[in-house]
This record gives sequence, structure tokens and C-alpha cells, in this order.
Amino acid sequence: MNNLDYGWLGKLNWDSLVFSGFLESPSVSEAVASVAGSIVILAAVAILALLTWFKVWGTLWRDWLTSTDHKRIGIMYIAFAIVMLVRGLLEGMVMRAQQAAAPDGFLYADHFAQLFSTHGTIMVFFVAVPFLVGLINFAMPLQIGARDVAFPVLNQISLAVTVSSGVLLMVSLVVGQFSTGGWSAYPPYTGADFSPGVGPDYWIWAIVFSGAGTTLTGINFTVTVYKCRGPGMHLFRMPLFCWTVLCASILMIFAMPPLSVAAIMLGLDRYLDFHFFTNDLGGNMMNYANLFWLFGHPEVYLLVLPAYGIFSEVFSTYSAKTLYGYKSLVIATMCIAILSFTVWLHHFFTMGQSPTINIAFGIATMLIAVPTGVKVYDWMATMYRGRIRFTTPMVYAIGFLILFVIGGLSGVILANPTVDFQVHNTLFLVAHFHNVLIPGVLFGILAGYNYWFPKAFGFRLNDKWGKRSAYLWFAGFMVTFFPLYGAGLLGMPRRSFSYGDLTFKPFMVVAFIGAMIVLAALITLIIQFLVSIRDRNKTRVPVGDPWDGRSLEWNSPAPVPAYNFVEIPKVTDRDAFTEAKEHGEAYKRPKVYRDIELPKNNPLGFILCVVSGILMFALVWYIWWLALISALTMLVAVIVSTFRKETEYIIPASQLEKDTEAWLALVEKSEPVGRDLEDSPRNVGLAKLEL
Amino acid sequence: MNPISSPKNPLSASNPHEAIHRDPDMVIFGFWVFMMSDLIFFGVVFAIYITMVGATAGGPGPKELFDFGSLFAQTMFLLTSSLTVGIATVMVKHERSRASFLFWVVITLLLGMGFLGLELYDFSVMAEKGGVPQRSGYLSAFFGLVPLHGLHVTFGCLWMIVLIVQVFTMGLCDVVKLRFLRLALFWHFLDLIWIGIFSVVYFGGWVYG
Ligand code: HEM
Ligand SMILES: [Cu+2]
Repeated sequence: MNNLDYGWLGKLNWDSLVFSGFLESPSVSEAVASVAGSIVILAAVAILALLTWFKVWGTLWRDWLTSTDHKRIGIMYIAFAIVMLVRGLLEGMVMRAQQAAAPDGFLYADHFAQLFSTHGTIMVFFVAVPFLVGLINFAMPLQIGARDVAFPVLNQISLAVTVSSGVLLMVSLVVGQFSTGGWSAYPPYTGADFSPGVGPDYWIWAIVFSGAGTTLTGINFTVTVYKCRGPGMHLFRMPLFCWTVLCASILMIFAMPPLSVAAIMLGLDRYLDFHFFTNDLGGNMMNYANLFWLFGHPEVYLLVLPAYGIFSEVFSTYSAKTLYGYKSLVIATMCIAILSFTVWLHHFFTMGQSPTINIAFGIATMLIAVPTGVKVYDWMATMYRGRIRFTTPMVYAIGFLILFVIGGLSGVILANPTVDFQVHNTLFLVAHFHNVLIPGVLFGILAGYNYWFPKAFGFRLNDKWGKRSAYLWFAGFMVTFFPLYGAGLLGMPRRSFSYGDLTFKPFMVVAFIGAMIVLAALITLIIQFLVSIRDRNKTRVPVGDPWDGRSLEWNSPAPVPAYNFVEIPKVTDRDAFTEAKEHGEAYKRPKVYRDIELPKNNPLGFILCVVSGILMFALVWYIWWLALISALTMLVAVIVSTFRKETEYIIPASQLEKDTEAWLALVEKSEPVGRDLEDSPRNVGLAKLEL
Repeated sequence: MNPISSPKNPLSASNPHEAIHRDPDMVIFGFWVFMMSDLIFFGVVFAIYITMVGATAGGPGPKELFDFGSLFAQTMFLLTSSLTVGIATVMVKHERSRASFLFWVVITLLLGMGFLGLELYDFSVMAEKGGVPQRSGYLSAFFGLVPLHGLHVTFGCLWMIVLIVQVFTMGLCDVVKLRFLRLALFWHFLDLIWIGIFSVVYFGGWVYG
């Protein structure tokens, strides 16, 4: 059928709705799909109703949806990522249940395939990336002593397209079906011949748009680090987190384009009958594999580097020591960033290239273990003889240190082409990448969430529930994924919805139990959040430095005012804030109060979010007129926004004086609290000077 | 030398409110970083083209399809437009009249549109000879790369039109000047890419194809 032969609604019809499958031929698999679809609809309706009920639309619009403040944009990124995390984890559980129930599971093969495709796509692009980008947005400008990121409106736009792509994935639960081709979407399987449905189109547009958002974010952060540092903040005085952000941003700039190219070319194959990756007429699937992994491998370092940065801050703060081997950590970060581009062929050792190439790429892969090892030793040396406090972020960091080394070692094993021939595409691989992604990235994210939460909202998260959650994550992770190493060595293929060889069954049952522990971890995480909100009056830290922090972000009230700092602090050394506290320079009154200029609110991001969502949906369903209208609307919105004249507003000095004097008065009357009491209600965010 | 880093430049005048968002250095640096990313984009598409030069699947190849006469004209259009956009930059730098600035921008715009017209004409001639992207992997790669550059040129033209309107509505103010400087960078960048396309896609394709 010709692409233009569809009617007004394109391919869309009654049968596209997920519920129609259940109504026509009821089955457990269809029921699961229908329930998921209903949850999406109900949740959307419930949220809209609640927002209306509490009459918060006005505030939401003014303070959040149109905000250009990097801290608020960061928080919105994180909120979005948490929603996606819940979905992604639940999909993991359903898959584990299916494999534990095999050989007579309850899902259709296609449904299982959709689950691992959305799960992988969501976890990588819509949980790990936005969560990290959110934390970076929140903390990095504060750490370098900046007023804002380099391009605040661009920041808004990046968030907008990321969110609309995520919403598109949610819509795929209700209308039509998602791709069955995995998160890597290899053609020719995802080409029009083998996957004529809309699934791969959902994948393509979500990836193209969110990928564009990530590239723009990379540009924004790079320029921010280079150009917006406060006075005295030399590159080698930056907190390590900023270094890892810089390297990760450079990875975003260089690694995202190959993915965009691959996805767009796949789209051209599907929509316009091109032959980039088809089986016939000169198409070449290996080009896709190369493009995808030219992105894909750096991507994992793009995720893990900022997490390393978070752990570095955590180790140093809660050991009350300056980071051991700072320069070596910086150099190791840069080495990893560069090496990450030299190893992508290890993803297709078995696809027919010469042994020489395999050896070269195997060795390059193993080399990454060297700078990573340097880091691990530096972190351990940071703790050595420190006065360690076992707070929630620290618990995550120590769990990371142990578990991540195991994951890294299994990676070194996989880097050996001869071993890889045996275990590639088995659950051994699945165990390996979860073993690096969960301790490395997810624990990093959760550590950062616990660490910076009081800075963002002005009160601490509950430490008891935080630790419970952390231990459940450790246990859940280990019970879920360590058995998969075994099943993989025994030869159980990944992505299989069922299996005939019952040797695998015990492994799968244990893994399912592990997944239930993970579910408990997720629930405790939510409990921690709710309990913390309930107790917020006892845990407020308005002064702003609850952990005896060492970097500049702790040098402002909590929550941080829109302008970050009344007066940008002058930096003379590493650990700038500790330095200031030691010399009695912290909490000083500025000599003069000067007006501060900040970017105004802008509706552009919100408009683009809505319209790009419509555009993607129209493209997925071949509704050409709608696609055209929304594409033009986006263009016009951007052009019109360039005609705005007054893009900044001014916070008058008098206002600043009032705020700051109130804060300083609070500092004056607060009692400094030692580190041993930091989890008690006496901690209002003024750390006692203990050396 | 980067025209805006010169000390006499009106754009680098200090700002009373430490407004970081209009710092010309930062905005231009950001644009360089963006172009770096775009360069990778093009680089990857070039690489795909190179791997697919032989994949004609029995369809028409470079020798049958390319018209070097028209290509020469396109190249001249683009190179000249790089010169005219450069002259317009000088007009901004020396604060010449708005009219002379606009004159050179309009000339650049016309040259850009002339280039696009010729390119589209070439594509239609190719299509008549059976050179459509659906015919082979080779042609897909060709039509993945060359129109990508064309799309960038189209975008540049649109940008110029918006700028011309803005010169009238907002005047030749700092913001507009900065936008123009970025456009000029972009335009030179597209010229470079075109030189790559001419040597790799057309000439290289013709030699090896
Ligand atoms: C802790 C809870 C999790 C569980 C129970 C879980 C479970 C699973 C399962 C069952 C699969 C399919 C394996 C197969 O097809 O054989 C899978 C694949 C995958 N998971 Fe997870 N996962 C979890 C967390 C994560 C996290 C945190 C990430 C990333 C940050 C992640 C990333 C991936 C990726 C990239 C795939 C590959 C998808 C594909 O094959 O296309 N997972 N996971
Ligand atoms: Cu890799």
C-alpha cells in the first residue's frame, strides 16, 4: 500500500486501540496490555483532575512550565525520569515473571518483545539520561558559581522534546504497538518488510527527538562549563562532578549524531523506501550496526561518568576529606571519554570481521579498565582515614564500589573475543550490563537524589527509609542478576520469551524473587519520599549546608533563590566552600547589593513540547496533514520567539538585600551542628567547623 | 580574527547588569560547538556514502548521473555567496549603513536560492535517468547526503529572511548583529561542506563509481 493511500486518520482506526485486542480475543497477555493502557489513561486523567482540584494550574504555569531557571528545569527532568523509572521497572518485573513461569508463560512472544524493547529504550533514554541531566542542571551551575546555564531557553527546549518523546512512549501503550526490535532496533528486522506496523516508527521518532534534546543539552553544558565559571574557578579547581559533566557533555556532542543519523536513515528506509539497511538493492545492515554502536558505546560512559562525579562528591563530603588524587581522577575521566570512542566493534565480534580487528578492539576495550581502576583506588584512598558517616548517599556509594567492580570484571571477560563467541547474546550479557548500569548509574542517580534533595527543596530526605531502600536495591539487584550470569554461561539466550530446557528454570525463579525485592526497593523509595514530606517541618535546612559540604552549591540558602548567589563567590582553591568556612569567609554580607538580571519566563518550551508530541504522533500514524501543520507551527513558534524584545527581568538590589539579610539573621541565630548530629532535627543546615 | 573580539567592537561593550546571556563571546562559542556537532553529523553521512559507492545494484551510477557543468555553476554560486556574506560582516564591523548591509545580505540570499534552484533541477534530471533514492543503496546514500546540505542551505536562507525582517523591526541592534554573525559562520561552514561534497560525492564518486 502506498504511503499516501491512507485516509484522514492515517493508519489509525478502532483496532489500533490496545483494548480492542482484549475485546476480540481475551487472553492474559492482552489483559496485561489493556491494564497497562488503562493505567496510563487513568493516571493522566487523575493528574489533570488533581491539578484542577487544587487550583495549581496558575502556579504550575508561572513557576514551572515556562520557567527558564536551571534548577527548576533540573527538577522537572528528574520528576519525568522517576515516572519513566517506575514504568521501566514494572516492565522488568513482568518479563521476569514470564521467564519464571516458562515454558508455559502468560505473554505472547510479540508482547514480550515489546516489553524488552520499551524497557531498554526507556531505561537508557528516558530514565538514566534525563535523571542525570536533571541532576547536572540542578547542581553544576551552582558548583561553578554561575547565575544560570549558558542558554536557558535552549535548556527548556531540550527538556521539552525529551518529555514529549517520553509521552509518545506512554501513548504507545494505548494506541498501537511498540517496536519488537529491542532498544538497538537492528534492521532489516525493523525495516518495513519484517516490521510493517507502527512499532519501529514509535522508536524512531522518540529517539530522533529526545536525541536532539540531548545533543543540545551537551552543547549547553559544555559552554556553561567553559564560559560561565565564577571568578577564580579555574578548570582545575572545579569539583570533580563538573569535570565528569564536561566530559559527558562532549560525549553528547560527538556521540548523539551517529544515533540520529542511524534512526533517520532507518526512517527513510521505512517511510520513503530508501535502501540504506535493507537486504536487497545494495542496502547494508552493518552500516547500521556501526552507526548505532558508534553512539551506543560512548553512551554508556555518557551515563556513568556523571555518576562517577556524584560518587566523588559523596565520598569526599561524607569522609570529610578532600578528594584523593584529584588530578588523576580528572585525567582518568578524560581517558575514559576518549577511549569510549575506540571500542564500539566489541558489540559485533561475532558478525564476521577479521580476528585481527577483534583483537585490536578487545584490547582497546580492556584498556578502559585501567583508568576505571585508578578511580576506584582514588575513591578508596579518599575514605582512608576519613571520618566516614554512613548516610544514605554514602551507603549507595559503597555498594557501588563493590558491585560495580564485579560488573566491570565481567565486562573485561566479555572483551575477550574468544569468550564473547561463547556468551554473546546470552543472559550473561544481560547480567553484565545490568551489573554496570544498576550499581553504576542507578545508584549514582539515587545517591545524587538523596544528596542534593535538601538543597532543592529545603528539607532532608528520611535517612532510615533511604537506607532501607538502598539495602533492598543491593539485595534485589544481586538476587535478580547474579543468577543470570549462570544461566548465560549455560547458554540461555537473551530476549527469549520462553525456553524448553528446564535447567534454566531455577535460575529464572530466583531472578523473579530478586525482581520482587527490587519492587520492594522501589516502594520503600516512594515511602521515603512521602515520609520525608510528612516530617518536613522537623528536617528543614534553610541555612543551606546540611552535610558540611565542600563545594559552592552549599553556599546559599535552601531552597536556592532564582539568582543562585547574591554575590558570586570568589574562589581561591579546590573545595571552595570548605576553604571559605575555614577562613571565616562564608556567610559574609556582600559589600554592596547590586541588581541582578535574569532570563524571563518563556512559553516556547511548553509550546514545543505539545506540538512536537503531536508531530511525532502524526508521523507514526501517517497523518500527513497534521504532521505538516505541527511542523510549521514549531517553526513559526521558534521564529516568533526570536522577535521577543525584553528577554530579561531585573531583581532589584532592595529585594536582594531583604532576602539576604533575613538569611544572614537566620545564620546568626542558628546553632552550628556537628557531623554526628546531621540526621537530627537540630540540623538546620549550619555545619559546625570540625577539621 | 574573530570580528567581535576586537576591543573597539560595539558588541563587547560592558553590560551594567552582568547579563551573561548576551555575552557575544559565549554565544559565538556556543555556535562553534553546535557546528562541531553538525560536522560529526555530516561526517557520518559522508562515511556512509563512501561505503556505499559501489552498491548501485545494477542501477545508474555516478558516471551516468552527474552533470559537472551545473555542478560548476552551483559551486560558483556558493563560493560567491560566502564572499558576499563576508562583505556583509565587514559592513557590520565598520558600522556601515543599514542599506549597504542589507544589500549584501540580499545578494547572499539570492545566490543561495540560485544554488538551491540548480540543485533541485539536477535532482530532477537525475530522476529522469532513473536515479531515484529508491533505486539502490548507492542512490539512497547520495540522497541522504546531498539534500542534507541543501536542507541546511534552505534553513540558512530562511534565517536570512527572518534577519532582514528583524533589521527593519528591531533595527541593527546587538542581538540582530550577533545573530547575523552566527549566520555568517554557518554559511561559511556550509561552503566547506559543499567543497567536501564536490570532492567526495561528485568527483570521488565519478572516479571510483
Ligand atoms: C532492577 C530492575 C530491572 C529488571 C528486573 C530488569 C529486567 C530486564 C529484563 C528481564 C530484560 C530482558 C532481557 C532479555 O531480553 O533476555 C532487560 C533488558 C534490558 N535492561 Fe533491564 N531490568 C532492570 C533494570 C534496568 C536498568 C536500571 C537499566 C538501565 C539503566 C536496564 C537496561 C536494560 C537494557 C538496555 C536492556 C536490553 C533491552 C534489549 O534487549 O533490547 N534495566 N532488563
Ligand atoms: Cu560497548
